[in-house]
Amino acid sequence: MPLLKVDKLTHYFGGLRSVDNFNLELNENELVGLIGPNGAGKSTVFNLVCGLYRPTEGTITFNGHNLIGRYPHQITSLGIGRTFQNIRLWNELSVIDNLRIAHFSQIDYKLLDSLFFTGRLVRDEQKVTEEAMDLLDKFNLVPYIKELPRNLPYGIQRRVEMCRALVMKPNLLLLDEPAAGMNQGEIGELINLVRWVKDEFKVTVWIIEHQMRVIMNICERIQVLDFGSIIAEGTPKEIRDNPLVIKAYLGEEVT
Amino acid sequence: MKRFGMPALIGISFLICIVPAWLGWYSNYIQFIITLIGINIILTVSLNLINGYMGEFSVGHAAFMGVGAYTSSLLTVYLLTENPFFGKAILPEELSILIFPISLLIGGVAAALFSLLIAIPSFRTRGDYLAIVTLAVNFIFKSAIENVDAIGGPRGFMGMGKVVKAMDNLVSFPWLIFWTFLVVVFSIFIIRNFINSTMGKSIVAIRDDEIASELMTVNTRWLKIVAFMLSCGLAGVAGGLHAHTVTFINPSSYFILQSTYILVMVYLGGMGSLSGSVISAILFTILLEMLRPLDVWRWVATPLLLIILMLFRPTGIMGSRELLDVFPKLKKYFSSLQERLTNAFIKS
Repeated sequence: MPLLKVDKLTHYFGGLRSVDNFNLELNENELVGLIGPNGAGKSTVFNLVCGLYRPTEGTITFNGHNLIGRYPHQITSLGIGRTFQNIRLWNELSVIDNLRIAHFSQIDYKLLDSLFFTGRLVRDEQKVTEEAMDLLDKFNLVPYIKELPRNLPYGIQRRVEMCRALVMKPNLLLLDEPAAGMNQGEIGELINLVRWVKDEFKVTVWIIEHQMRVIMNICERIQVLDFGSIIAEGTPKEIRDNPLVIKAYLGEEVT
Repeated sequence: MKRFGMPALIGISFLICIVPAWLGWYSNYIQFIITLIGINIILTVSLNLINGYMGEFSVGHAAFMGVGAYTSSLLTVYLLTENPFFGKAILPEELSILIFPISLLIGGVAAALFSLLIAIPSFRTRGDYLAIVTLAVNFIFKSAIENVDAIGGPRGFMGMGKVVKAMDNLVSFPWLIFWTFLVVVFSIFIIRNFINSTMGKSIVAIRDDEIASELMTVNTRWLKIVAFMLSCGLAGVAGGLHAHTVTFINPSSYFILQSTYILVMVYLGGMGSLSGSVISAILFTILLEMLRPLDVWRWVATPLLLIILMLFRPTGIMGSRELLDVFPKLKKYFSSLQERLTNAFIKS
């Protein structure tokens, strides 16, 4: 059974069809890319899966759960972590608090515990802090834990965000243009980071990216989206040689 | 490191506020001012939870205060005193010591339930929606009470003085200051715990980026409603205390003017700063009393203060910092659990 199954997904923004009959089967431990020109509907697909938009038609099944009609926080609690195209860390909270708060669905204590400072709260806060610290340690982010994210270098912010997306112990990690705004050196690091995350945390990775170097390097399978519908699908090599893709997206860059 | 900071602080304020009042060193006027300061602290701290930490904009906090005030004073007056509204007392006066705190609690619960009615539709969307709704609620509250003649309508409601006197007759003790003090400590205690806990701190994340919070598994809608109810419930308790302090209430006591005062105190102290709220509530109450000779011009002076504040120090006295951030040396006595946990990990 595939981890994520998207079937005949269609979505309209008013009269505009943003996603048209999108299908996908993601198997466990795959690394699949989603590419396409600006405005092709890639981020919309992510937002549909996360429940930010409600699809007009189609079904989304994750790990046996139907995702349609659930709130975003319920969907992500099932084990979907995601990062954002333009980094969306909480800039008024320290890095460690960013990580702690992403534990929201995992804290066991109830509201009254948090108001009256019970033993259960203390135990749980300890556990949450421990887990957050472990994760930050794995990402070599410990020196930054007390900083506000906005004061950190761009590359570090990206890493913090990916780290935060792993807090909910996801089976599926959605990366929305992780290389946006990075220079060539940082992109090299990012490629290694994504591979490492996939192996270390045993996650399935679904990635949107414009940087061909990232996509062609790490993806096992690529889908190409244009005007909301899939125009090509296959291995990096097949995509590279597909005339439709060249026409729609890669243009002269390949020739 | 044992944190004796908080207990020490509470002990000192207890010594300053209650012991002299008990020994009769404070005049009635001073006692009144102290009680008012306490009530304003509760109101400011609780509104700060919505307007400061959560970043929503509630402008009708007085309505919730009014709900608490009317509920608790109706209850005590109905049960304990002979009065023109309900006739003979139902319970003996001696029970006042017990009934009074219970009525405060019921007032708070009533205000919290009332706020739930508003929260459910209001938190579907973000932005100015809550401001408009709470403004409307403040009007609705005033008009509704004005139209209930059984509790005095626009003429107001009284009799709480007898209740307070009954408590004092039984055991001579500054009961009002005492209960206000307890509620202040309680409010600060639970709001501080809430704000520092991972669950409560998530409301700051909501203020920062609601969509990111939702996608990071935070149940934003539930959390916003809970925080709103908590805040309004505390305002209701403060309202009950206020009603018994001033002993005469009418619907206009809990109208826009009162809401504005609370707002001014929140902005004066700083959005998202608990210590700022406490400081500004104390300063503002004293300032307002000192301006008493100005009479009607007070109503001009205080809004003017708000304008001046916004022009020259838009972040308020403390900004979003706490007193501890200004005096980091005190941190070892007051730091929160979460902070200590983090520091412990850094060291190891």
